[in-house]
Parts: sequence; structure tokens; C-alpha cells
Amino acid sequence: MTTERKGKGTIFLRKEFCKGCAYCIETCPTHCLEFSEEFNEKGYHFPVLARPEKCTGCDICGMFCPDFAIFGITWKKMDKLQAQKNEGGKVESRS
Amino acid sequence: MSEKDMKETYEGAGVSPQDQADNPVDRILRQERMPHIWCPGCGIGTTVNCFARALEKLNIDLDNLAVVSGIGCTGRVAGYLKVDSFHTTHGRAIPFATGLKLANPKMKVVVYSGDGDLTAIGGNHLIHAARRNLDITVILVNNFTYGMTGGQYAPTTPFGSIQTTMPYGMYEHQFNIPKLVAAAGAVYVARWTVYQVAHLTRAMTEAIAKKGFSLVEVMSPCPTLYLRRNRLGEGIDEVKRFKEWAVRKDGADVNDVGISRDKPLIIGKFVDIERDEYIDLMNRQLSKKLGDRYTLYGVENGEV
Repeated sequence: MTTERKGKGTIFLRKEFCKGCAYCIETCPTHCLEFSEEFNEKGYHFPVLARPEKCTGCDICGMFCPDFAIFGITWKKMDKLQAQKNEGGKVESRS
Repeated sequence: MSEKDMKETYEGAGVSPQDQADNPVDRILRQERMPHIWCPGCGIGTTVNCFARALEKLNIDLDNLAVVSGIGCTGRVAGYLKVDSFHTTHGRAIPFATGLKLANPKMKVVVYSGDGDLTAIGGNHLIHAARRNLDITVILVNNFTYGMTGGQYAPTTPFGSIQTTMPYGMYEHQFNIPKLVAAAGAVYVARWTVYQVAHLTRAMTEAIAKKGFSLVEVMSPCPTLYLRRNRLGEGIDEVKRFKEWAVRKDGADVNDVGISRDKPLIIGKFVDIERDEYIDLMNRQLSKKLGDRYTLYGVENGEV
């Protein structure tokens, strides 16, 4: 199963680690992040990729995040990593 | 999948289930201790993020690196990094690091602590480590206050700021930390804020690679005890203010880099000089006096 890829990259998020400090949302150069409507377990609004077509996967959010909850990655880099993992045979299915 | 595993897994936005990626800093952090204790909006986490990225960039053996912290909010850093780390008594992070470096000269030693810990209670140790020019790196996170003990004024609190023990506004003079350590003899002194993450990462890389006493001062917001008490908003407001407030001046005269909330905040690399290092000097002097009776310390196959 594959999902249609939008933009040049995407973000990965551990929403339970987020403390809602807004560093990623305010520093995102393309303004593609926004606070979520719902809460996480601790009661904070976490960021969501509201405009995925604008995300470049630049990882500025990952550099700013004080809680190590978010990072960005380009599709190109992800494919490269995936190929490396498949070659090395280290990757296990995460299901 | 247990609840804990669920928490530790990253969820991609708009990615296929087979696509997974790992955060590059995860390898350097103790995941079992996350999430950390710092307040929402605190900048210390960002400095740790930059430090982890600097270690990634340097590509050094993590078994050969030790991080020493004192007491305080920033003192917790040692507990979150997956390297040899020590949480020492208040203000004594640098003496501990000195001992560590002298006992094992191969090791890269980084002192990671706050302004209250390093400049107030450990101020003398900071000066003397800089004077000796021992090869350690100090990362000083300056948040203008004592965060963990309840917002008492620190030697770095700017004029007019309200603190628990300064209810009518700070009226004491502040430490100018770059001037202090540069005068004592540090070979690398830089100051950045948590807004300049890329520069900060590069400065940390340079400071770790530099031989001799190097210091990176990082300005970081304390939303709970400094900003709220002074009605300066949330952590992100201070980070945005850093963007406006900070003026980059590499090689600026350290006399002019004192911090005041009315003047621009001068950031950049202030000092980058060469000066004889402590262990080299010790080897030179002792081999001169003792000759063949002395074996060079910390030297293997003629190389340090």
C-alpha cells in the first residue's frame, strides 16, 4: 500500500513527546505546520503537517525541537535510506 | 506493541506504512529517559539537539567522549546523552572535567552546564580552567536566572529584570562571560542564541575540535521563571526576540559584548587564537628538567 507523496519531503512526529512550545511551527520556513485540533496524552496541542505540498523536508523543525519529537526528511533521502537498509538486510518489518 | 513502544515510534505525515525513518539524533540520546523534564518553551532541549547534531557531524568515537554537568536545569543534560556522562556537585563540573582530562588525555571532555552553576558558584574554576588552557570544551547555557531553584537572580541577570530575590528589579552589575574567559586565556569564545541553530551547531563542532579551553555561550529562554516574571511572553516569543535583538559581529571586542536588554545582543565568534595547551606545557617543562627520567604524558608514538 502506498500513499501519494506531496511536496519534496515530510515530517515524522512522536506526538506524545510534544509539549506544544510552537518552536517548529514558528520557525518553519515554508509555514507548513499548524497546531492540531486534538490533544495528546499530556494535554498539549501537537503540530500537524497542514500544508504537505509546501513541505521541503529541510529538517529545520527537527533542529529546533527541544523535545526531540519532530524531524523532517526529504523523499529522496528517505528512499536512499530505505535502499541502504534493504541492501544491508538489517531492516525488520515494523508491523 | 506495548504502550511504551507506541510512544517511541515516529508517525510520518502522509507516508506509506513501509516508509520509516529515524531521527539522526536518537542514537546520541538515552531514549529510555525521554521525555525530559524541561518546561515547554525552554531552549535547553534545542541546545542539546544542536550538540547531538554537532557530535553527528564530527563523527567521533562516542566511547571517547565524556560530558560533565553540574547542578541545575542544564545540569540535567548529562543524564540524557548516551555518552559517558557525570552529574557532579554544584559548580564543580570543571574541576571534575579537569581530573578526567588529566587522567585520560585521549578523552574529549565537554562541560555542559548553566550560567548559575559555572559563573556563580563555580566562577573560580571557570577562570582557572581558562588560565591553564586545559583541552576541555565548555558549553554554557545562559538563561539569565537560576531556573531549578526558583528564579533567584544570577550574575547574568540583566539590569531591571525582576527575580524572586530582586523584586524591584536587578540593580547589580552583570558578568560579561566572553570577556571574563577571554581575559583568563580561553582560545575559543563564541556566543549564539537558540535561534541560530545552524551556527550554534557549527560553533559546538569547532569548539570540540579546538585544542585548548573553548567556551560557547548559548542564550536560551527560561519561560517559567524569567520570561513570565518579567512579562516577556512564552519561550517562542523570546526566541523570536533573539532574532531581532541579536547582531552578529565576529571578532568583536569582548569589552563591548556585555548583555543589556536595551542594547543589541552581540553574537558571533569572538576569540579564536592559538595558545600552548596545559599537557603540552607540562611535558615540555618536565622533560626539560628531568630529561630521560621523564616519559611524555598522554603521548603515544610521538603523537598527541
